[in-house]
Amino acid sequence: MTAPSASAGTQLQADRPGPTPRRRRSAIRRRQTISGWTFILPNFLGFGLLTLGPVLALFYIAFTKWTAFGSPQFTGLENFQRLMGDSTFWTALLNTLYYAGVHIPVTLVLSLGLAMLLNQKLRGRAFFRSAAFFPYFTSIVAVAQVWNMLFAPEFGPVNQFLRFIGLDNPPDWVASSTWAMPAVIVVSIWRETGYYMLLFLAGLQAIPPELHEAAKMDGANWFQRLWNVTIPSLRPTTFFVTVMLTIGSFKVLDLILVMTNGGPGTSTLVLSQYIYRMGFERNDFGYASAVSLVLFGLCMVVTITQFVYNRRKER
Amino acid sequence: MTDLDLRTSSTPATSPTGTTPLRAKPLRPLEKGLHALRYLMLAIISVVVLLPFAWMVLSSLKRNNEVFTAPITWFPQEWQWHNYLDIWTQADMSTWLMNTIILSVAVTTLQVVTGSFAAYGFSRIRFPGRDILFLVYIGTIAVPWQAYMIPQFKMLSSVGLSDTRLSIILLQAFGAFGVFLMKQFYDTIPEELSESARIDGVSEFGIYWRIMLPLSVPSIAALAIITFTNTWNDYMGPLIYLRSPDLWTIQLGLKTFIGQYNADYSAIMTGSVLSVLPIAIVFVVGQKYFVQGIATSGLKG
Repeated sequence: MTAPSASAGTQLQADRPGPTPRRRRSAIRRRQTISGWTFILPNFLGFGLLTLGPVLALFYIAFTKWTAFGSPQFTGLENFQRLMGDSTFWTALLNTLYYAGVHIPVTLVLSLGLAMLLNQKLRGRAFFRSAAFFPYFTSIVAVAQVWNMLFAPEFGPVNQFLRFIGLDNPPDWVASSTWAMPAVIVVSIWRETGYYMLLFLAGLQAIPPELHEAAKMDGANWFQRLWNVTIPSLRPTTFFVTVMLTIGSFKVLDLILVMTNGGPGTSTLVLSQYIYRMGFERNDFGYASAVSLVLFGLCMVVTITQFVYNRRKER
Repeated sequence: MTDLDLRTSSTPATSPTGTTPLRAKPLRPLEKGLHALRYLMLAIISVVVLLPFAWMVLSSLKRNNEVFTAPITWFPQEWQWHNYLDIWTQADMSTWLMNTIILSVAVTTLQVVTGSFAAYGFSRIRFPGRDILFLVYIGTIAVPWQAYMIPQFKMLSSVGLSDTRLSIILLQAFGAFGVFLMKQFYDTIPEELSESARIDGVSEFGIYWRIMLPLSVPSIAALAIITFTNTWNDYMGPLIYLRSPDLWTIQLGLKTFIGQYNADYSAIMTGSVLSVLPIAIVFVVGQKYFVQGIATSGLKG
């Protein structure tokens, strides 16, 4: 917090005609700081207390041993040394990167494409928009049940269809350790594309149509307008979507918990499920927090990279 | 930005008005083909997206032992319409539904109001430390909730808020998400608009209320729909905080149909269909605002 200094305050109150430019600048700065914080404060009160506070506590807990009922004991880097030799942790990390590496680009391209398709004048646009967002409404408990039935190896509609188009040995999907992850990714793309489409759609709507009109007048074709008008104007939205998508992919949990529970074996075990297991099934809060910090670091590196890239592009 | 001056508030900007000679040309065969292709693509996408729902609805009308059969059948042998009546008497559906509505409405209102307000501060007012504070906000999005729910839970319990509706409301209403989303959308609105209003002597709140808010209707609708849906479908939060059955939400309720050794699949599907309906209504109402959005609210500057 940058509270304005007391001297700046008295200078402001001194009602002298024609303040020097420097004094005026500091008065404006002070006023802006106050009004900036006024806007942020209502949210910050809840945010600081309920999110930021616990997050900061995490940085301490990660360096402690904390089990079910005792209080945390500081142990230094012990948790992190344990991480290095923990093969389940490394499996979970690789699975998370696998999931994110496929899920992020596919969902990004599909949702942007769909948003552009549905931003045009089309009959039945409202229906298509609602249809695309539909998967995101539904209870994840139900979604997992339905898809597990659809993916059933022998009689599931998915494999019946694959046999119909000539694939004699369709994969066993959630029953196979090779194909369980692709099955989870398919469901998550199905579930989330409409959601990110919605965000892109709102961003597309914020682009003044005159920009397109003007480009059209200048003879720009569809692709030139996409590249020179749509994509640059959409950059704040794209940044938001990419960050949310990245973080969401790195911390995926619910879907995996209800669909495969990490299995078969550890083939779909991801970092946040490992955190959940360590924290809530084994009450090893300190170690779980250490894994959380790794996940946090991973998300931060990607987010800051995108932030810097976005900044540079904005200039 | 001279482009903005071209706007006349009376012309709906997205519709081809045919006033310019460029627009008067009839559709060429290629364009017609593209048009048809677009519909074909959308039709295929819709089928792929909606097929699982068809399955869900059809299963909700089956007998429980009919849901999992080999080979799989799509249609029920006898349509069990009474499933939709039984669920209200066999389970506490109305309590779950009421609780979920209360939580979702409260969280959505608080998130939209405080989020859009804070986003204005981040997007339009320059002050020292702003960017760092914003990075802190984004940073917390990167921390999985599973990681800090332990300190959070201990904190809320210590002030006697566990097992209350208020705990869930506080937990979800002040997320960084809404601030981040609204800020990014405010950033797409040309700076010149707020700057010229400021020169005209409009207060910051006036700029927020009379310029930014009307322009950000599409993103507010998006935020409201997303927050409502997330609260509605949240499973982990209520699971940890709400232990009294009379506070349970619909997601916790649905899970009670799945026992250790057997599951009432048709009840799950019936409950799921019922639980989707209110969000579907919220969405159908909300999505209209995307169509209007900036085009009709206009930049009358």
